[in-house]
Amino acid sequence: MSLRSPLGRVRGLGSAKEGTAHWWAQRVTAIALVPLALWFVASILSLIGADYATTTAWIGMPVPAVLLILLLTATFYHAQLGLQVVLEDYVHNEGLKLAAILLVKFACLVLGLAAVFGVLKIAFQG
Amino acid sequence: MSTGKRPLSPHLQVYRPQITSVLSILHRFTGIVLAVGTLHLVYWIVAAAQGPESFAAAQAFTASWLGRFLLFGWTVALFYHLANGIRHLLWDAGLGFELRQVTLGGIGVLVATGVLTLLAWMAGYGFIGSGS
Repeated sequence: MSLRSPLGRVRGLGSAKEGTAHWWAQRVTAIALVPLALWFVASILSLIGADYATTTAWIGMPVPAVLLILLLTATFYHAQLGLQVVLEDYVHNEGLKLAAILLVKFACLVLGLAAVFGVLKIAFQG
Repeated sequence: MSTGKRPLSPHLQVYRPQITSVLSILHRFTGIVLAVGTLHLVYWIVAAAQGPESFAAAQAFTASWLGRFLLFGWTVALFYHLANGIRHLLWDAGLGFELRQVTLGGIGVLVATGVLTLLAWMAGYGFIGSGS
């Protein structure tokens, strides 16, 4: 016998009021990052010893530029979700926890945006 | 109801470290390491976007002893988090929950981390592939 109301079951949100959204987003970004991370490592290895012109020319090419932006977006989304869970588990002061989570979210957004802007600038100016 | 300062279960320190628990903690730890490591990735891209001088400075830092040391740690963390992350995704799919599979998977993750790190750095130093 379930004690959940029919409405509660349909919404599927549970006590945290967000359902599986966080968990699911972490898995989706994780799956995306498997090929992206491997591609990135292989690319960086092939760029070792390359000069400024070669490196920026590579970053600015359509396929690397798009994959880099995807990598950056998925990385910072995934990092923010993961760090949030760590903070929720180990920081027990409510105010401090909220401040730390907000700081992580803002930092991930700023860093991700800065890097994506860098890729776009190289792509459109180089 | 006041619970005061009563001790809470579980006491992490009373458990003998096991491959399951150690790898689980390592997954979180490497995740944090990777998040900190993204600072260097962002610095590298932004430096490249700013121009040849700042890019040269970024490359000089990466090639320095400290840079290489950090990069090595970051590579280990990346390959560990990647391999163990795939193990987590398999669990999410409902696979590999037998104790034997969990242990073997854990050993597999450690081996994969070592092998991939070694391969990447060998390629980086030009022992194999097209690295220079």
